[in-house]
Amino acid sequence: MSSPEKWTHPGPDGPPATAAAPTAEQVIAGLKATDEGGADLVQLLTPEGERVQHPDFDIDISAEELRGLYRDMVLVRRADREANALQRKGELGLWVPLLGQEAAQIGAGRALRPMDMAFPSYREHGVAWCRGIQPTEILGMFRGTDNGSWDPVEHRFHPYTIVIGNQVLNAAGYAMGQKFDGKVGDDADSEATMCFFGDGATSQGDVHEGFVWAAVYDAPLVFFCQNNQWAISEPTERQSRLPLYQRARGYGFPGIRVDGNDVLATLAVSRWALEECRQGNGPILIEAFTYRMDAHTTSDDPSRYRLSDELELWKLKDPIERVKVYLVKQQWADHAFFDSVEADAEQLAIGMRDYCVNLPDPPAERMFSQVYAEANPVLDAQRDEFLAYHAGFAGGEH
Amino acid sequence: MAAPTMDPLTSATPAAKQTLTVAKAINNGLRAAMEADPKVLVMGEDVGKLGGVFRITDGLQKDFGEQRVLDTPLSESGIIGTAVGLAIRGYRPVCEIQFEGFIFPGFDQIVSQVAKLHFRTQGRIKLPMVIRVPFGGGIGAVEHHSESPESYFAHTAGLKVVACSNPADAYWMIQQAIDSDDPVLFFEPKRRYYEKGEVDTTAAPAPLYSSRVLRTGTDATLVTYGPMVRTSLDAAAAAEEEGRSLEVVDLRSLSPLDLGPVYESVRRTGRLVVVTEAPSESSISSEIAAKVQQECFYSLEAPVLRVTGFDTPYPPSKLEEDFLPDLDRVLHAVDRSLAW
Ligand SMILES: Cc1ncc(C[n+]2csc(CCOP(=O)(O)OP(=O)(O)O)c2C)c(N)n1
Ligand SMILES: [Mg+2]
Repeated sequence: MSSPEKWTHPGPDGPPATAAAPTAEQVIAGLKATDEGGADLVQLLTPEGERVQHPDFDIDISAEELRGLYRDMVLVRRADREANALQRKGELGLWVPLLGQEAAQIGAGRALRPMDMAFPSYREHGVAWCRGIQPTEILGMFRGTDNGSWDPVEHRFHPYTIVIGNQVLNAAGYAMGQKFDGKVGDDADSEATMCFFGDGATSQGDVHEGFVWAAVYDAPLVFFCQNNQWAISEPTERQSRLPLYQRARGYGFPGIRVDGNDVLATLAVSRWALEECRQGNGPILIEAFTYRMDAHTTSDDPSRYRLSDELELWKLKDPIERVKVYLVKQQWADHAFFDSVEADAEQLAIGMRDYCVNLPDPPAERMFSQVYAEANPVLDAQRDEFLAYHAGFAGGEH
Repeated sequence: MAAPTMDPLTSATPAAKQTLTVAKAINNGLRAAMEADPKVLVMGEDVGKLGGVFRITDGLQKDFGEQRVLDTPLSESGIIGTAVGLAIRGYRPVCEIQFEGFIFPGFDQIVSQVAKLHFRTQGRIKLPMVIRVPFGGGIGAVEHHSESPESYFAHTAGLKVVACSNPADAYWMIQQAIDSDDPVLFFEPKRRYYEKGEVDTTAAPAPLYSSRVLRTGTDATLVTYGPMVRTSLDAAAAAEEEGRSLEVVDLRSLSPLDLGPVYESVRRTGRLVVVTEAPSESSISSEIAAKVQQECFYSLEAPVLRVTGFDTPYPPSKLEEDFLPDLDRVLHAVDRSLAW
């Protein structure tokens, strides 16, 4: 089959214009490139745990660093499973699983430096982990006690954004600010921003506008799209004819597709992209080709719209297993190491459970607090009326 | 719908009287409309194969095909903007917005094009489209899944805005909205989706843009719509046990407002409490209060009172019981009105 490039951009000598519309099969083949994401996929560690070379990207990784990445992935997966279980037990209203996307998120998250900024959507628990946010700090949002309790300024990790695509423009603006502040260039204190969104999000106007703005202002922004193949029940071909990373070209910046289940590749490509941005060569789009192994959220039933065959195929490309195989093969880790990681994961889960079930409900007046930065006597009056009512009610009358 | 067919033999649903949930009633109504008119399309995120996250469009793609039930790209501006084009081309699109909090990427299209094209073209272009919006709270959801944004739309000239509160209305109103030559925002009380009621598919429905007295009473009037209708009826039932007789009016149409039955009621009871989940400032409840004091000034025994969501962002779900009007808050307001 001709490459998607050919049929989407018929040149003067190319096929006649009538051939420009691809068939549905061509679109799907182009988007998925059937096996590992296609010829352009950057991969450094195969699903079987073989180290492979890539002409443009490489990574010199120490045993210790790789053990760290492995530990990160095991811990965030354990935290994810624990939160999922807490939802099943009724302790959380909802959970948004990251299962299967650990390598995409840990590779990207560990490429960030402390002074870089990150804008997540709502599934980036792994990136949050890398920004020093404890899984417990994410639980309140899903238990309904708060809207995310971490300090976004301190952690340089924006609150989760649920409205699809909104954060992309916000990230573009933040990155413009980094540039305007002279934080782009050779200096050691240069900064970049990374913005996370999904395959479905690429259809939103905000995302396209974010591409335009970041490009026009040469903003130091890495767009990190986790293509997990699904937007709830809709496969990627409902969103695009073209492999997503190729969209970047239309906006005038590079787009790279990386094996999102290969933490070495996501780390290498993210490091490169962030450094390019810090140097003033942004923006850059990374498409991390991965798979949503669980339901969209705990409210979703994927058996209504996708085949389990697909899931079985992706199980063979597990992001954690391949690192384990490689660590063992290199003799970079022994039983004691793997056991200690398991023990840490268990501790983390126990801590989450304890924290979650003991999380107090917020006081009712919290509704009225921090709606505005400045005084608002009208709202204050409403609050006082509410509190008086509440107090009377507590006293047994209404 | 095509005009609701009164002939049980040609009616879309086999039995004339059925007990249905609100969700199923809308589903049946959509099905009837699609059967009656091949130009009716359903479009939105996850509405096809999945049948929508609330299953309101369940089975429609299977039966009507992918050309009539479109799993669209993830873009609300796209859903609404292309529906405008389709409507110009002679289709009657029914757009689903997955949750009310996600309508805002499409707000520009709604306010700038949907609302104004008929006026701008002096009627040469009609936009017979429906935008279905599950709205309101009480389901323990995360942010953007529990809001009540209807006032933005009622505030916009050129849009019609309705809200159903029970299965029978849901079944008929969705068909009437599709049949309307004006663009209609169709608000669905998501926390009442699974409440059941009788739907008579042969009874002639009330006109779409009309309010209805659901319970008669003499001491005070409650005016409400959507999810708060159930709350208000429960409050009226509780009040009756305390010897108070409350009248309950379901507005059903938020724009245009059909306040005739409200005026008539207030002239008898002398007292009005407006109940909405939506915050009160610059809202439908403000509008009702203003109009009622103007029309019923000499009949009022007490100022018009409002029981509403607060003028804050919708809170985290552990606080939503405090945010949302409940039976106690409604009765508290009734007490205040009666004690005036
Ligand atoms: C503006 C908007 N529309 C609709 C939704 C409902 N919704 C939540 S997640 C989702 C799918 C997102 O898919 P994708 O961007 O691929 O991210 P993923 O969930 O797969 O990580 C949809 C439609 C939303 N949150 N925001
Ligand atoms: Mg996705």
